[in-house]
Amino acid sequence: MRKNFLAAITAALMAVFITWLPAPAESVSWTAIRGARIVPVNGPVIEKGTVLIRNGVIAAVGPQVDVPASAWVIDGNGLTVYPGLIDALSTWGLPQAAQAPAQTAGRGAQQPPQLPQQQQPQQPQAQQPQARSRGPQDRPGTFTWVKAADQVQPSDSRLASARNAGFTSAVTFPRQGIVAGHGAIINLGGKTAGEMVVLPEAGLYLALRPSGYTGFPSTPMGIMAYFRQLWLDADHYRQALALYAADPVNIPRPAHDRALEGLMGVKRVLLPAPDPIQMERMVKLAADLKTPAVLYGVVRGYEMAERLRATGTPVILNVRWPAREPGADPEQEESYRELRIRDLAPTSPAALSAAGVKWAVSSDGLETPRAVLRALKQSIDRGLRREDALRALTLSAAEIYGVADRLGSIQPGKAANLVVATGDLFDDSTRVRMVFIDGVRYLPEPELPQPPAGASGRGPSSERGEDQ
Amino acid sequence: MRAPVLALTLFAGAACAADVVVIQNGTVHTVTKGTFRGSIVIRDGKIADVGEKVLTPPGARVVDATGKHIIPGIIDAHTHIALDSINESSVSVSSMVNVAEMLNPESVSIYRAMAGGVTVCNSMHGSANSIGGQNVVFKLRWGADARGLIFDRAKPSLKMALGENPKRQGSPQGLQIPGLQSPQNLRYPGTRMGVEDVIRDAFTRARAYQREWKDYEARRARGEKALPPRRDLQLEPLVEVLEGKRLIHAHCYRADEILMLLRVFDDFNIRGVTLQHALEAYKVAREIAERGHAVSTFSDWWSYKVEAYDAIPYNAAILHRKGVLVSLNSDDAGGAELMRRLNAEAAKVMKYGGLSEDEALAMITINPAKQLQIDPWVGSIEPGKDADLVIYDRHPLSVYAKVEKVFIDGRQYFDRDEDMSRRPKIEAEKEGLRRKLQDQQKQAMPQNRRPS
Repeated sequence: MRKNFLAAITAALMAVFITWLPAPAESVSWTAIRGARIVPVNGPVIEKGTVLIRNGVIAAVGPQVDVPASAWVIDGNGLTVYPGLIDALSTWGLPQAAQAPAQTAGRGAQQPPQLPQQQQPQQPQAQQPQARSRGPQDRPGTFTWVKAADQVQPSDSRLASARNAGFTSAVTFPRQGIVAGHGAIINLGGKTAGEMVVLPEAGLYLALRPSGYTGFPSTPMGIMAYFRQLWLDADHYRQALALYAADPVNIPRPAHDRALEGLMGVKRVLLPAPDPIQMERMVKLAADLKTPAVLYGVVRGYEMAERLRATGTPVILNVRWPAREPGADPEQEESYRELRIRDLAPTSPAALSAAGVKWAVSSDGLETPRAVLRALKQSIDRGLRREDALRALTLSAAEIYGVADRLGSIQPGKAANLVVATGDLFDDSTRVRMVFIDGVRYLPEPELPQPPAGASGRGPSSERGEDQ
Repeated sequence: MRAPVLALTLFAGAACAADVVVIQNGTVHTVTKGTFRGSIVIRDGKIADVGEKVLTPPGARVVDATGKHIIPGIIDAHTHIALDSINESSVSVSSMVNVAEMLNPESVSIYRAMAGGVTVCNSMHGSANSIGGQNVVFKLRWGADARGLIFDRAKPSLKMALGENPKRQGSPQGLQIPGLQSPQNLRYPGTRMGVEDVIRDAFTRARAYQREWKDYEARRARGEKALPPRRDLQLEPLVEVLEGKRLIHAHCYRADEILMLLRVFDDFNIRGVTLQHALEAYKVAREIAERGHAVSTFSDWWSYKVEAYDAIPYNAAILHRKGVLVSLNSDDAGGAELMRRLNAEAAKVMKYGGLSEDEALAMITINPAKQLQIDPWVGSIEPGKDADLVIYDRHPLSVYAKVEKVFIDGRQYFDRDEDMSRRPKIEAEKEGLRRKLQDQQKQAMPQNRRPS
């Protein structure tokens, strides 16, 4: 019986192998963008050249590239080709839901499974059971078993608007509780969720969102103590599992704990650090947890640059530059410090680049993906070099998450994620003509509402529907 | 790359060594070695020499203190300033949290307290739980980062609290929390006896935990393969208390609960506790003195809560005369208002208790230093100690006295004249920024209205 089964498997495998290995020439799809200005990011700009795509991967790039006769050729005259932009900290592609409070998530199998908020979008928040954590043993606000890769939805309406702005990838994270779950690196195009995921394990998102009075931890310091305890518990769990594996007869089997299981092999943690004070705290925390860190939500990067460089920690900038709230009391005077932060925040990118800090950008808090580019344009006006701004949106983001071998620049062997625009990406008048994701072309969709007639011509209406 | 950095550091060190300051011809209140007209030599951040006649090294910076008074930097044994979070009130035993992690070096309270002559403070966890979090002792080195503020040599400590504060959240009526369906008994304990139970239970668990680790170490020493006990961040600080490696600051008011606590400490062999507030301590002064515990209290604050009705302004003096080590503190949280006037608080014990000038000053300098076990380095003006010094324009125990200069580790951190002269410049900068940002916002307005 067993022998027959093996034989069957072998035959099946052989069959698959035979059909797969000699890929017939007809199934190769070639695309070439010819005569365009090419900004590869990892090398010098090619003023007039060709990008050749083979089966969704960049096959060649340069001033002179042999284009196969069967290739679909796109005339790139007057257009600029960039690598696809990457949002380094996003929720794109994930079901949108209100952020859940840092409630008790339950520990291991001891409590009935409680789906995180994001999986129950139709339930109003008030009906959520408000479990009160009485200590670290309840694993409060912990959802380490949640993986963004399991939740990606190609139907998310934000994907199209992100593509319209030139984004082709995002690092997308679940956001509930204080240990929110594992992020995934996704492409912003594809027919299925599976097609979208580039890398399912991008890191673990941690938040310092206290529960208020409703349970432990109710303060940021409580949360930090809890993180430390959680990591120690995971370490202990690992030791217990190893001992049990070595001697299952004499050593009792450790109780399964899904929260701790989710902490095994975490590559990096994302920690919030808007200012130098929090940076100091988070860098120390990461060292204590013995886990590499990426700092997010950085606002006062302009005064953190040197210290960040010294720690070698990469950061994800919050480019929603601080502004006076629209409804703020005009009589309420802002402090000298607040005014200084408002003034200097947009200079953070230039300062970080000058210091040699690895930084990327998040769309967090911005209304539209296009606003990311507008925010960086403000920084360019305050001294940021355009190539540094572009690098942050492409290769630096890929490097921070360890996917620079696949994403972030126009280089043979990398995924054919490209933006084709009418000019410099950071210019207001520039339009995105098309984006390629894994070699598949997407045309910008109309953005609503339309600008009034006679407006300065902004908006994609003029070029929409070209190929449709 | 490393070599030039090292060279720079060495050079900076050498520059510091040459940086000698002499404070000349002032009234020096050493607190421990009498008061006289004389001078202080500061070298490498330490007090090098002090006396009626000292040798002024060549090249030294001279600060003329003629007509002025110099005291050691004030030490506040009980504050909550410069902390981004203070109270992990969700659990009855929150010893796993550490306020040092929440130290905010940008808190302006640091500057204000320092401008009032305070150079060291013990910023503590709040009093919502029977056993609270870990505290932090720091020097008010305005401008340093959090790491640079912390006074490393201070012994670690833990906050505890008795009475109304830890029990209030467990009241049968509960605390009304918005969003919760009904009031519920949120947290044990709800009574004073419950508070005692929580403390006894916690230290009992800590003892068991300590034993568990000792057993494990013994088994490992015998070569046995064993799983180490799960590390428990809540119990580890309590074990340190049991082993005499961590001090306790216990918030308390009533004589009966103070006695209760003394007995609990007797049972667990815990020594060297500082009772905080302790407004009824005068009733049990002998019991406190016998055990060698200390008290840090207010000069004349009472009736601000039900537990404070039986307080008297003679408390500090009575305790001191019975042999208890007494300090006066501010308990400031936000504004550092009382901290800036601790010299006046000290003066009150002369008025009410008839203590001497030195005894009064000791209650805000050397006595809190002893309670925090930092007295080998700070708390009095003696050669070898850190040059933490405050220059007043008149006798520091006068309510009219103003701080003119503050030195911490020999470095001048405050100068009243400089502070006053800087203000118009900052005001002008602020106005400029305000206008610039307003203009920018106006320019951005039409763009914002466009659909995007």
